[in-house]
Order: sequence, then C-alpha cells, then structure tokens
Amino acid sequence: MVDVPLGPTGAVAPADVEDVELYHPHSWVTKYVFSQDAKIIAIQYSFVALSVGLIALVLSWLMRLQLGFPGVFSFIDANAYYQFITMHGMMMVVYVLTALFLGGFGNYLIPLMVGARDMVFPYINMLSFWIYLLAVLVLVASFFAPGGPTGAGWTLYPPQAILSGTPGGQDWGIVLMLASLMIFIIGFTMGGLNYVVTVLQARARGMTLMRMPLTVWGIFTASFMALLAFPALFVGAVMMLFDRIFGTSFFMPAIVEMGQPLDRNGGSPLLFQHLFWFFGHPEVYIVALPAFGIVSDLISTHARRNIFGYRMMVWALLAIGALSFVVWAHHMYVSGMNPYFGFFFATTTLIIAVPTAIKVYNWILTLWRGNIHLTVPMLFALAFIVTFVNGGLTGLFLGNVVVDVPLSDTMFVVAHFHMVMGVAPILVIFGAIYHWYPKVTGRMLNDTLGKLHFWVTFLGAYAIFFPMHYLGLMGIPRRYHDIADMSFVPPSAHTLNAFITIVALIVGATQLVFVFNLFWSLRHGRPSGGNPWQATTLEWQTPETPPPHGNWGKDLPVVYRWAYDYSVPGADQDFLPQNQPGITRTVPGSSHG
Amino acid sequence: MAVALILVLVAVGSVVFHLVSPWWWTPIASNWRYIDNTIIITFWITGAVFVAVVLFMAYCVYRFRHQAGRQAHYEPENKRLEWWLTVVTGIGVAAMLAPGLFVWRQFITVPEDATDIEIFGQQWQWSFRLPGADGQLATSGAHLIDPDNPLGINREDPKSQDDVVIEGGELHLPIGKPVKALLRSVDVLHNFYVPELRAKMDLVPGQVSYIWFTPTRTGTFDILCAELCGVGHSQMRGKLVVQEQSDYQAWLQDQAARSFARLTPAAN
Amino acid sequence: MGSILLFLSVLAVIGAWWLSRQGLASKPWLEQGTASALVEANATPPSKIGLGIFLAVVGSLFALFISAYAMRMQLPDWRMVPMPRILWLNTAMLVLSSLALHGAKNAAGRGAMPELRLGLLAAGISALAFLSGQLLAWRQLTGEGYLLAANPANAFFYVLTGMHGLHLLGGLVALGRTTEKAWRETTAEPLRLSVELCATYWHFMLLVWLVFLSVLTGWAGEFVDICRQLLT
Repeated sequence: MVDVPLGPTGAVAPADVEDVELYHPHSWVTKYVFSQDAKIIAIQYSFVALSVGLIALVLSWLMRLQLGFPGVFSFIDANAYYQFITMHGMMMVVYVLTALFLGGFGNYLIPLMVGARDMVFPYINMLSFWIYLLAVLVLVASFFAPGGPTGAGWTLYPPQAILSGTPGGQDWGIVLMLASLMIFIIGFTMGGLNYVVTVLQARARGMTLMRMPLTVWGIFTASFMALLAFPALFVGAVMMLFDRIFGTSFFMPAIVEMGQPLDRNGGSPLLFQHLFWFFGHPEVYIVALPAFGIVSDLISTHARRNIFGYRMMVWALLAIGALSFVVWAHHMYVSGMNPYFGFFFATTTLIIAVPTAIKVYNWILTLWRGNIHLTVPMLFALAFIVTFVNGGLTGLFLGNVVVDVPLSDTMFVVAHFHMVMGVAPILVIFGAIYHWYPKVTGRMLNDTLGKLHFWVTFLGAYAIFFPMHYLGLMGIPRRYHDIADMSFVPPSAHTLNAFITIVALIVGATQLVFVFNLFWSLRHGRPSGGNPWQATTLEWQTPETPPPHGNWGKDLPVVYRWAYDYSVPGADQDFLPQNQPGITRTVPGSSHG
Repeated sequence: MAVALILVLVAVGSVVFHLVSPWWWTPIASNWRYIDNTIIITFWITGAVFVAVVLFMAYCVYRFRHQAGRQAHYEPENKRLEWWLTVVTGIGVAAMLAPGLFVWRQFITVPEDATDIEIFGQQWQWSFRLPGADGQLATSGAHLIDPDNPLGINREDPKSQDDVVIEGGELHLPIGKPVKALLRSVDVLHNFYVPELRAKMDLVPGQVSYIWFTPTRTGTFDILCAELCGVGHSQMRGKLVVQEQSDYQAWLQDQAARSFARLTPAAN
Repeated sequence: MGSILLFLSVLAVIGAWWLSRQGLASKPWLEQGTASALVEANATPPSKIGLGIFLAVVGSLFALFISAYAMRMQLPDWRMVPMPRILWLNTAMLVLSSLALHGAKNAAGRGAMPELRLGLLAAGISALAFLSGQLLAWRQLTGEGYLLAANPANAFFYVLTGMHGLHLLGGLVALGRTTEKAWRETTAEPLRLSVELCATYWHFMLLVWLVFLSVLTGWAGEFVDICRQLLT
C-alpha cells in the first residue's frame, strides 16, 4: 500500500453557496415561465435552440433540393436560395450551437457539476434567456419582413450585405439580422457572466479547478472566449448598421452600383472581415470546446475508465482557447489583405493542431484498455471522434495558406466546416442529450429508437459531407445557386449532388425519430433512477431526480476526489462518486505520474 | 463487434473512395503545380492519421468491449507517451507547414517579367484591360466611371492611349508568359477564380489586389466568381482563352482596333 | 487590431497569473479522499468578480472600437474632427463624478450616511452633467457641419462617444437604484457593496473616456508614433 499524499491544492474558492439568495417561485408562471432556476432556463434555452435548429434544418433541405435537382423547385430562385443559406448558417452557428452548448448545457450542468445550488445571478440568468428569445424572434421576423431575410451569406460581408444586389440588403433583412445579433450578444453576455462567475465562485467545498469534470472546463473556457469574442461582432454590427442606415462609410469605399455612383467614400471592406473573423474564429472553438469537454466525460463514463491525461486535456483546452484569438485571418488568405500576414496566420493555425491532436489521442487512449459499454451516448461519442478527426484534418488543408488558395470558397470548405463544427458538435449534443436526459426527466430515452437515430445520423452525415470535399477539390464554388454550364464539371458530379440531397433528406427526417423519442420517453421511458450510468460526477449524486430547485436538499455536497475515479483498483465498485469520502488505496499511476 | 466493423468500413471506405472515385481536381493549366504537390503531401499525412485513429478506435471497441468480469485499466496519465505523441504531431504539422510557406512565398512574389493585366469585376460580369504596345496600364479610379468609361480609366494618363478594354467578354492570354493580374472591383467583393489555374484572389472595392500565374496549357477555361457578390453570383461567368503567342497577338490587334474608338479623350 | 490584441494580452497575463495559483500542474487523482486540506472560501462576493469580468467584456468592446478606428484612420479620406471645447468641461465633470463616488465609497466604509448620500447625489448629478455636455458637443459639431456621414472621423466620434455614453447611462440606472436605497436605509452596511461596485464601474468608465479622448484628439496616435520612432 502506498499512502496517498495530499498534494498541494493551491488557493481554492469553494465558496459555500448559502449566501446566494435562492429565489422561491410562488406561481406556475414564475416557476416554469419566468423562472430563475438554471435548470428550467436550460430547458427553455434548449427547447428554443432545438426549435431554431429544426427551422435551420428545413432551410438546409430547401437549399439541398436546389443543388441536387436544380430548376425542379421553381420557388427556390436565387433570391430565396441565398436567403436560405444565410439564415441556415447564422441560425446554426449562433442561435443553435452557441445557445445550446452554453445556454442549454451550461445552465443545466455547471451548477450541478460544481455542486452549486444555482447560478450566482439567477435574475440576470433569466433575463439572458428572454433576451435570447427576443433575438430569435427578431431574426425569424425577417422572414416576414418586406424583402425577406438577408441573403448576404452568414459572413455578412459588406458592401454586398447592404446593397440592393443582395436580398434584404436595402430592405429590412440585414437590419433585422444585425439587430438580432446585437440583442443576442447582450443576452449572451448576461448568461456568460453567470457561467463564468458560477464556476469561479460557487464551487462546492473541495471542488478545486483540477477536480472539475472536463465538461465544466470546456463550457467555462468557451464562455470566457465568447465573452471576449462576441464584442467584435457587436462592433462590426454597429458599424454596419450605421453604414446601412445613416450612410456612413466605415466599410463602404467609393462604389458604382449598377452604373450609379453611390455617395460613399474611402471605407474598407477588409476592416469588417477582420472584425468578423476576430469573432468568427473563436466562435468555432466556442462551439468546439464544450463539445470537447462533454465528449471527454461521455467516453470516460461509458468506457468505465478515467479520462487519459486529464492535465494535458485541461492545458490543451486553455491553449486552444488562447491560440484561437490569433488565428482569425486564416479565413482571409484570399481576401486581398496584406499577403505577408499569410505566413503568420498559417503558422499559428497549424500550431493549434497540436493541442487539438493531443485531445484526440487522449480520447482514444481512454478507450484503450477500457471496459467499453456501447450505449447510445458512447456511440455518439465514437462518431464524434471520427467526424471531428476527419474535419480537423481537412482544416490542416485550409489553414495551410497556399493549400487554401485553390480550396477556399469551394464546396471543400463547406464540407470541412460542416464536418468539424456542424456534424461533430451536433453528434456530441445528441450524445449528451441521451446521457443527461435521465437526470432531466427521471426516465431513459428509448434505446432502440436511439440506435436507429444514431446510425442513420452518423453514417448519413458522413455520406453527405465526405464526398462533398471532392466536389470542392474539383473546383465547384460554394454559395452557387446553380452550377450548370461549368466545363470542368462532369455529369457524375450532378449525380453525386443528387445523392447528397437524398441522403440529407433521409438524415433530416430521422431527426423526427429523435424528437418523437424526446416526447415519448417523457411518459413511457424506463425510470432511470438517480445514476443510471454509474457516473462519478456530482450531477448524478443529487438526492432527488430530477433535481428540484436548489439541487441538493439541505446540505451542499462536499467533494473528496476528482471526477474520473472509474475502475479504481481496490474499490468495491467501478466508480467512486466525487462526493464519496476517501478510501486509502494503491495508486499505480503514482509510479510514473 | 458490428460497431468495430462499421468503423473499419468507414476508414477503408474513405480511402477507397479517395482512390477510385471519379471526382478529382481538373488538370492544371498554370505554373502552380507546387500547390497541387503540397495538397498531395497533406493528403498523405492526414489520410494516414485518419486511418490510424479510426482503426485504433475500431480495435479498442472490439478488444475492450464490455464483457462480464472485465475491469478497465486504471492509468491517469502516461507522460512519456503523451510527449512522444506531441512531438510526432509537431513533426507532422511542420512537414505540411514548411512546404506550404515555401510555396506561399513564391505565390506572392511576382516575377520581374510578368505582364500587368487588369481584371475588373462588377455585379455581375467580368471585364478586362490589357496593356497595348507600351506594356503598361494607365491609372484608374472609381470616380471616373461613366457610361463611356466603364472601367474608370484616367484618360489624362498618356498610358491610357493604347489600353485594350474588353467588357464582359473573353480574356485571352498567351501561353508561357507570366501574368500579374491586378484585381479591381467597383461595387462588392468578387473573386477571380479559374479552377485550372489553382490561383484565386478577391477583388475588393477601394483597393487593388493581385495574383500572378503563368498559363501552361492552351484551351478555354471557365472564369467563376468565388466570393458571394449578390443574387447573380452564380451567373457571373467569363472565359479565359489561353493561346499560342501568334494567335494571341492577332486577337489583341483586333481588340485594340475595336476599343480605341471608345478610349480617345472626349472632345470638349 | 493592435489595441485589442494588447488588451487581450493584458487579460491573458492576468488569467495566467490567476491560473498559476490554481494548482494546474497538480495531479488530482493523487489528492483523493479529503476536502479538509482545502483553503476555505475566499470572501470576494460573486458580484465583484462578475463586475470585473463584465468590465473585461466592455474593455474588449472598446478596444475593438479603437482597433477599428486605428485601421480606418490610415485610409486617405480621414479628416480629424476638431475637439469641441466643452469636452474638457465634460471631462472635468466625469472626474468629479468619479471622485464623488470614491468619496461615497469611503463614507460607506466608515458608515457615514450623510456623506454617503451626498457623494451618491453629487456623482449622479455630475454624471448627468457629463452626458448633457456630450449632447451639447454633438450639437455643436453638427452645427459646424461635422455631420455623421460626412467623414469617417466624424462617424467614429459620434459612435465612440455614444457607446461610452450608453454605458454610463446603464451605470446611472444602477447608481439611481443605489441612491434611492441610500435614502431608504438607515445604515451604510447594506449599501456598501453596491456603492463599491458603482465606484469601480465609474472609475473604469473614466479610464475609458480618457483613452477615447486621447484617441480622438490624436494624442494616442502621436504617442504610438513616438514609440515607433524610438524603436527604430
């Protein structure tokens, strides 16, 4: 027996949360509608985000129908097509993925996982959701505004975004889009402050930073990044609104539009691109880091093994978060910016590959010598690794400045970012929902439906986006309403496009199985008990499931160990909850730790 | 078992698709073979990593699947293994980055003997300006644009006298001569993209960007716009015709004769 | 993008310093079994941390505006805006406001209610004076023909001052609630935290304003140029 030494723990802030004034709802409305309970807010966020996701999914069908069967659906003209791609992109990136990971999972999991009763600023947390909802409504309103939503592409590049040659450019579309983004950012800032400060100040006794589950680390880092990155979009949006409404020339150079000179002068379209990508690149990691964190916990729990190289995982998260602020111009290699920037940004971009690769290695090394339960969450986690590795590797093409030249603005880019920040994070979201649904509802999701949903989604999404890379390699540009009359495109490429469309329709329709499962299991799912996966983290140790307001009953949990004590030698079960007081045990890891 | 098998199929299937599918890049028609080579290097390295990771996963899923009595191995970390993997990854990344940066330097360094041409974008057509006998382009500006002067050429500039303007037509270039394309837009962002050339660059209103290339194969190629430029984006097409020197000269003479009439300074 | 990167570097240094004290190199799997060795809660109230992080967000917003300003400024159509004289008076008002709140904070610490109320009131009134002064500056500039859309320098002047004003207005809401509370309460104790938060926010807004002023008058640009010359 090796006596386990108590390592230095450093300054910790395990603030007891008694001083957080708990809000006590008095009526149905204040309990379920204007609720200040983070768990209810999380469900509200998730519900709205998933609804927006369904809208965006339908938009993707419409654009795929046009690409797969051009001209067959006459209502999808170029105007509508560009509106669909724009709204699909912006909705998915900001209003679905960001909102779901941070607003949904962040709200539900942070307080439970760090052992707090609630977020530290519950009232602001509630406001955050309602402002988010307002942002969504403003965005959706643009569908009904004169001229329809903006069709400027989700990047909203000026001058195009605010000129008449673009749908919504001189109508309401772009104004509502920018307004909605600004509202979203204000709402997000309120939520983000909560997520960050709760992790900093409301952790249970004993919950040192290095005992936190990686899910919390991921959401925490991503929230911090989002707080600092979203202002760039805000600044860009304010300036573009001024250009659009008051006729200023922040981004508008001298322009002759359709033969008519406009009263603008001297502005710089590249300035907007810098601002946009200063937000836009961290945004990729704002979506990815929570996924990284969650998938680490899914793999560890369902492989019954501690996450391999926990410290490396934390350091890699932090390194990725910091580096992601100095890579933004890799989206602008062919934008006409100073070409010498290419050297710097290609180097920083490829450096980021190293910590990212470390994370991948540690995930698969966690599987190694594990005890792998192929549950539905685990399947999604495995599929995440496949799609993320695939998409991450194609990122090495696009980040490497000269390789990007022929590939940028082609379908290769579309395939790449869908694989890496579309499919991969969404697979994690599904896995996470299958994993935590029992905690939220007290019932398991149906396993058979889950497996059906998984296989069609994973293999289907892979079949959609893997071949798409090759269309881009061939030279087919993205954002083309119609790829007819290109001499270098063989007829087989159109067949491939039709195939992709059909698979996309099937995968999309399969999501209805998932939605059905969500509602059906609410009533008919197998009762789960408090800890169906036999997991170690605190959210599974609540006295009641689903946890009531305040989470912990009378006493807050006290944390005695890190989040990954699975299959500890000498323990009488294969997991030791974080709040279980210690047993002395042998530590094989200490010999080479 | 089935899961491991499907993972293997995904990995192997991806490789097979890569090797046998008919969808691959168009035959190159410029000097940027280096770019293709860098892509090939990147494909090899990333492909190997992808296959290795997925096959390793498949093996783990098969070998360490849950069975009665199995207990996972407890090992919080293995520093040596992690550092070793980090170093190997670093080397792999460097192996892709180094040739990339090397070729990028060539990409942005225009050779001395390159001929200036202008590629001019507007919603939604391509125009071109070729220098005449003097080999030089006149200055220009958006404020000079009017129906008689669609590219806004400065007619005070003596070099403007022989500039050849081709509005919405075909761009012809001689084979084997390096070309520096100056890219101008007058309204929104566009992107000059000919898949066979491999090179592409945005046209940004308010500034002049550039790319250079040497056509290496005669033929007619599509010019596409690769930066969303409004509702007519996918209709913004042009043609690039690469010709032998003699054919090119004949074509240029013909174009020059046509465009002189429009470019003489307006009588006042 | 220099100023935002500089700002983020400062944040990164602070973050790295903080993280270095969190035992990021410790091996948590060796520390199982007890919580008692852990340091007890530090007493910083969450709202203070929250405000600190909010100020980081606001700072990032303003640093980005300055970055955009610096990039746009280099283009040839830029014409500096002459600073209306009243800006100096406004600056004095904002300094006064900040000082008054500082006084209020000290008074709250001592439990001196009358001084506290006076400080809050003075701060509120001088902040309102600052905002009205800014509006006057806008009117003056518009009157002299420096219209919003006429030149990017004008546009930046209105946007930067407007953004700063809006943030101060938001602060005034909090200050107003605190002031109102100061008249309801009889002791300073329940007010101490709010007053302290207001004071921090005010000092930050003053700092932002001084930075803006140096940017808008061109001093910051000259300063950067001098630094550049010294380096070369």
